[in-house]
Amino acid sequence: MSDSGESVEDFRHRARGWIAANLGPVQPWDLDQDCADDAAELVAVARDRALQRKLYDGGFAGICFPREYGGLGLSPDHQRAFNEELAGHEFPSRFMVPTFTPCAAILLEFGTPEQKARHIPPILKGDAFWVQMLSEPGGGSDVAGATTAAVRDGDDWILNGSKVWTSRAYWADWGLCLARTDWNVPKHQGLTVFMLPLRQPGIEIRRIERLNGESEACQEFFTDVRIPDSDRVGAVNGGWTVGSRWMFHERMAANSPYVTRPTGLSGGGTRGSPLVAMAATAGRLDDPIARELIGEARALDIVTHSLNRRLAAAAASGTANVDGSAIGRLFHGMAAVRRTTIAFDLAGSDAAAWSEADEAENGAPGMDFLLRQVACIGGGTTEIARNVVSERILGMPREPSGDHGVAFRDVPRGPSR
Amino acid sequence: MWHDLTADQALFRDTTARFLGERVPLARLRENRNDPAGFDPGYWADGAALGWTMPLVDEADGGGSVSGRGTVDLALIAYEFGRHAAPGPLVDCNVVASALSGQPGDLPRAVLDGLIAGTTIATACLGAAPWQEPDVTIRRDGDDFVIDGSVRPVEAAGQAAYLLVSGRSESGGATQLLVPTGEAGVGIRALKGLDVSRRFAAVTFDSVRAPAAALVGDHGRADDQIARQVRHAAVMLSAESVGAMDAAFAMTLDWAFDRYAFGRALASYQALKHRFADMKSWLEASHAISDAAADAVADDTPLAADTASAAKAYIGHHGPELAQECVQMHGGIGVTYEHDLHFFLRRVTLNRLLYGTPADHRRLLAAMQIGRETRA
Repeated sequence: MSDSGESVEDFRHRARGWIAANLGPVQPWDLDQDCADDAAELVAVARDRALQRKLYDGGFAGICFPREYGGLGLSPDHQRAFNEELAGHEFPSRFMVPTFTPCAAILLEFGTPEQKARHIPPILKGDAFWVQMLSEPGGGSDVAGATTAAVRDGDDWILNGSKVWTSRAYWADWGLCLARTDWNVPKHQGLTVFMLPLRQPGIEIRRIERLNGESEACQEFFTDVRIPDSDRVGAVNGGWTVGSRWMFHERMAANSPYVTRPTGLSGGGTRGSPLVAMAATAGRLDDPIARELIGEARALDIVTHSLNRRLAAAAASGTANVDGSAIGRLFHGMAAVRRTTIAFDLAGSDAAAWSEADEAENGAPGMDFLLRQVACIGGGTTEIARNVVSERILGMPREPSGDHGVAFRDVPRGPSR
Repeated sequence: MWHDLTADQALFRDTTARFLGERVPLARLRENRNDPAGFDPGYWADGAALGWTMPLVDEADGGGSVSGRGTVDLALIAYEFGRHAAPGPLVDCNVVASALSGQPGDLPRAVLDGLIAGTTIATACLGAAPWQEPDVTIRRDGDDFVIDGSVRPVEAAGQAAYLLVSGRSESGGATQLLVPTGEAGVGIRALKGLDVSRRFAAVTFDSVRAPAAALVGDHGRADDQIARQVRHAAVMLSAESVGAMDAAFAMTLDWAFDRYAFGRALASYQALKHRFADMKSWLEASHAISDAAADAVADDTPLAADTASAAKAYIGHHGPELAQECVQMHGGIGVTYEHDLHFFLRRVTLNRLLYGTPADHRRLLAAMQIGRETRA
């Protein structure tokens, strides 16, 4: 797969030396991307941009990206070796999802040479942070039911509508947007993907406050936003072809060969466990019940790591059903729910009320519990993943739908009572 | 299972799969449900000739594996055992063989030859969670050793010629001895059990004397070798359960397409489709961790013990959960003896309980992690 001829082991050796000389230890904000406030967030973003630039200048950005667009043109095995060497080190965590995947992955797959030449290098240099605009206020799981619409106007398109649950759009640079371009055909046949800069007239970005007060997610309102046709990604009304791959890359997330991320973050390494620290604080290290919970979480981490490797290897070999990523999405959601519950149980009644010092030391497992289901909602719900697994992997019959073969403008949109 | 098997490994696996399909079809297991041994000695010897009991044995001792990574090759065989719910003491014979490999003296060599040929059965006598405080003591008395205590459940003790006995020594460290089952003071009492073909017993030792030549490893220093044996057992039991899970899942998926209710196939109901999707995710994760454990133990990586325990804990929990979901999907037929499903439910349930339950392995994982972090 590699055309540079550098073996994985030679590359690994070179990476090890560079990482040791240039990167510091992993930071708390690499592990948990939610910052205390916007000021802290913007500091973290600036640091991530600088870190991505450092990777680029060091010759380690875009390991699996083509060389003509500033990448290294190496194989997923090279990326995996780099990730293994990166274990325990800082990395530009905010750039990985959604910028490198799914956004850059989609640009590589569907972009014109001009689009790739224009957009991939700034991504690899840390100059451009991308977001994905899929969900809408009127529908989350039914992605192809998008009603945000673009109308042709000469060499341009005019975009109106709204997208929602866009992470970090308030400071991001560019976005990929799935829009309706034909209402007179069934829903999958009338969609087109565009890219657009987020800071321009006609785009209003509002923050969405979650129940814990944090507000990284945004909603965008588009009013007559002008998009040149040269910023269309893929064919007119070919948006579902792009969108299907888009969601594949989204489900691949950390397993994607485009993602630089230290091995061990998803478990399987020997990194310290917050649960052990929590049990130690509570004086429960010798409690067999606490130990069973710690061990269960540890087993879950190792299983997650093994499953990630299996899915990534299957995807890289090209032999696997591409919908295999849905198995990973479902597993990750359920495993995260269990991990959150384990920490909550381990904390006991301390999860009900806590001091600033407690939070600095052990986080806020009670608040994490309240937000537990985010892991099964964001990035495509686990219900949709279950549909994909059962229908496309196991071959079970599709759900009956009210929109099959119906022109999108005639599809019922409720309410039903 | 593995994405990258060598041709030799695939042949090794496929030969065993064919052999099990011909020699021990489920109909045969049904007929032999009351056979006190649970398996025919001729079947076991013919299977051993395919290489079932040699992968963990050094070539110098007559062993060897097709890939050079015996643990992985053995996991392939164990997987097929699970898929066929096959009879025979695969796990214990291999655990004993691995313990005897490299041991000096005539006795270990003779037992090893018999194990590899399939003419001798030996069992590890390690009981439920062997790293916990055992009920067996082994003390030195002159040139001999004296064994007291009891252990259960012990697989195939009634069929075995030798027991690899583990016990606590005077120093507190573990000792392992190779003892003939006919030795004076050894009591073997058959127990009822879950599996159709696998037999268990309670074994008691009443001042059983063993000569110094029976010692496997060093007196009072066998804890590490026992931990290694448990890792091998965890890999085999996990791979076997994954095979049984695959079989149970496949027949249940077929059933979902064949069975109609209210004019529709079961497979068309979203409530059931979603449960199949959950099962599929458990199954993929079980494959992944089973393979990872075999790899880690084969290569003796720093995380071999963690990975093996993670496999035993995860598959030990999700194997029976998946099988019980399969029973539920079948409805009443799923709990009958007539249906094939119970062979696999029994196998994953039994495997969950041997060599440490999920709870035991979770506590072991926690102990390893806490140990590392409080040392650091």
